[in-house]
Amino acid sequence: MPDSATLEAVNIDQDEGNFSYPEEYAHDAGYGLNEDTIDFISNVKGEADWIREFRKKALKIFESKPMPTHWASEDLENIKFDDIRYYLAKGQRPTRSWDEVPDDVKQTFERLGIPEKERKYLAGVEAQFDSEAAYSNVKEELEKQGVIFVNSTEGLREYPDVFRKWFGKVIPTGDNKFSALNSAVFSGGSFIYVPPGVKVAHPLQAYFRINAENFGQFERTLIVVDEGAEVTYMEGCTAPKFETATLHSAVVELVAMKDAKIQYITVQNWSNNVFNLVTKRGMAHENAEIRWIDCNIGSRLTMKYPGVIMKGRKARGEVISIALANDGQHQDTGAKMIHAADETTSNIVAKSISVGEGRSTYRGQVHIPKNLKGCKNNTECDALLINSNSRTDTYPAITVRGNQHATQHEASVSQVSEDQIFYMQQRGLSEGEAMSLSVNGFVNDLVREFPMEYSVELKRLIDMEMEGSVG
Amino acid sequence: MSDSLKIENLHASVEGNEILKGLTLEIPKGEVHAIMGPNGSGKSTLSKVLAGNEEYDVSEGTVKMDGVDLLDLEVDERSREGFFLAFQYPHEIPGVSNANFLRAALQARLPKGEEIDAVAFYKTMYEKMDALQMDRKFTGRSVNDGFSGGEKKRNEILQMMMLEPKYAVLDETDSGLDIDALKIVAEGVNRMRGPERGFLVITHYQRLLDYIVPDVVHVMVDGQIVKSGGKELAHELEEKGYDWVTEELAVA
Repeated sequence: MPDSATLEAVNIDQDEGNFSYPEEYAHDAGYGLNEDTIDFISNVKGEADWIREFRKKALKIFESKPMPTHWASEDLENIKFDDIRYYLAKGQRPTRSWDEVPDDVKQTFERLGIPEKERKYLAGVEAQFDSEAAYSNVKEELEKQGVIFVNSTEGLREYPDVFRKWFGKVIPTGDNKFSALNSAVFSGGSFIYVPPGVKVAHPLQAYFRINAENFGQFERTLIVVDEGAEVTYMEGCTAPKFETATLHSAVVELVAMKDAKIQYITVQNWSNNVFNLVTKRGMAHENAEIRWIDCNIGSRLTMKYPGVIMKGRKARGEVISIALANDGQHQDTGAKMIHAADETTSNIVAKSISVGEGRSTYRGQVHIPKNLKGCKNNTECDALLINSNSRTDTYPAITVRGNQHATQHEASVSQVSEDQIFYMQQRGLSEGEAMSLSVNGFVNDLVREFPMEYSVELKRLIDMEMEGSVG
Repeated sequence: MSDSLKIENLHASVEGNEILKGLTLEIPKGEVHAIMGPNGSGKSTLSKVLAGNEEYDVSEGTVKMDGVDLLDLEVDERSREGFFLAFQYPHEIPGVSNANFLRAALQARLPKGEEIDAVAFYKTMYEKMDALQMDRKFTGRSVNDGFSGGEKKRNEILQMMMLEPKYAVLDETDSGLDIDALKIVAEGVNRMRGPERGFLVITHYQRLLDYIVPDVVHVMVDGQIVKSGGKELAHELEEKGYDWVTEELAVA
């Protein structure tokens, strides 16, 4: 047992994201989903007809597709689509100054430390509160260079010639049931364009906050990085601990043009009631590079398999993934690598930690067709089990046709044993500290891939989870 | 009452088998005691019970460290109170560097909110490593991961030197060491000898005690201390074997 000081510290830390403000919304689409919901959203946003039609078509596809319970999890049956509110907004446009953000929203993000981080090391920030962005700002010099960083509504309205061409092209509406759902009711998210040759030195950051109960957050992100340009984008997410389930279902599309580089970093820390069902995919053109660095902590069920379609010669795709499944949580994560050109290279390194009754699943798909040559894939998945009730599964599917390719696959399962914890405790670490250190050691080589500030954050989140798991 | 590690009538069992059967032993601060005994006599069990390993049930007896009831404390509390065990088989901690591990262990001893002085920490660590002839690259290597037997044992002594315990138990620290490594490890222990510290050296062979010369030697057989004497007892045991003690017991 941790001592009382530890417990006290844990309680404070774990409640960091667990607060909410009274709900006062100017726009509430009500419970349930039908064509009226979509008209409501489109009207509030003042959308073009083609978007309204896009949404309605998506709704039909969503309704026609079955739940993927046969391969994923029966827990999906517990999502009550009729009990969810699909659009909640206060009616304000995102401001460029924190001073103009409504007080309760501003306090939320201040408690989460966003304005402070912006001052310290970010090139731009977007902060989304339920359905809409409350704050959106990008450093002036980037704006002068032609960098666009706005929310989805503004992106489609103000810059249709930049975004419409790619919108829904990397992830078609019918890709899966939840990409269809997102396409029907999407709101918020980031639309980013980086012009040719512009290398954005500091990360752009989005923060997604769910404040309301019985609510679904459906942000839509599209990042287009033009020839030879580079950007790092980071997203963080939290929600309070409600009694009922909350749904988060995003669609994220990345487009890296010739020689471009995109690094997309996620650190999610959802509370245990969130269904997190996200579709993320990037398209890499000739000699372009897309890296997904994905860290999944918390949620009730996460299903997420970031992918890269390597469309141009010498394109590179990478997924680095850390998943931590604690009691009552299921992390079903992995990666998809679709090789569609010669000499393309993909790399997947996935590490999962299962604690207590937590369950983690790795699901990977690597596809290299017969007509290509010189493609390479490396897949490594390692699982760490802490205590015998936890469970881990690995489903790697590597399809390689033709004999001019190189693939490599390694998997391991290890356990933090009682002996190891005893050894560390004998040196004076509490049980929680010992487990934290073991887990941090296990993911250490991946954490180094994160920018400094995020690796610190990640370590802190792991510490919190492990301290809390000591019974 | 003078300071000591005082074990009285200690009974402990694992999975229903009693291993320690009323063991009594007192190590006054400032002294080095050695326990010798045949395989299976319960020497390693004693070290694990003292450290608080939960696999063992203590049914009777007391252990007082400078008056503090050790058996009332958790494993980590015993450590922070000043009890150290150098393991016979030190565990590996993949991905956690030696430096980070030592730092975390020292940090755990500081009051909440106080941070360790990193510069002073490295300075001290390098000094101790030099004394143990450990290459500095060990600071960045994962704890015991891929270490040879001798490197692991040296690492145990390094941890002991950094944590500066009041009482240290060395469980078969000599096993797996060649003579050069043995000398270095013994030298490390001898540097730490002093009026402010007590040692219990557990060993199967007398060899180690040529380098760490004990004040008192105890013989352990079947979960009890059956004979105690000066350092010459170790030589006697080496010559006559453990059967000599057991036969003597049978006669008595």
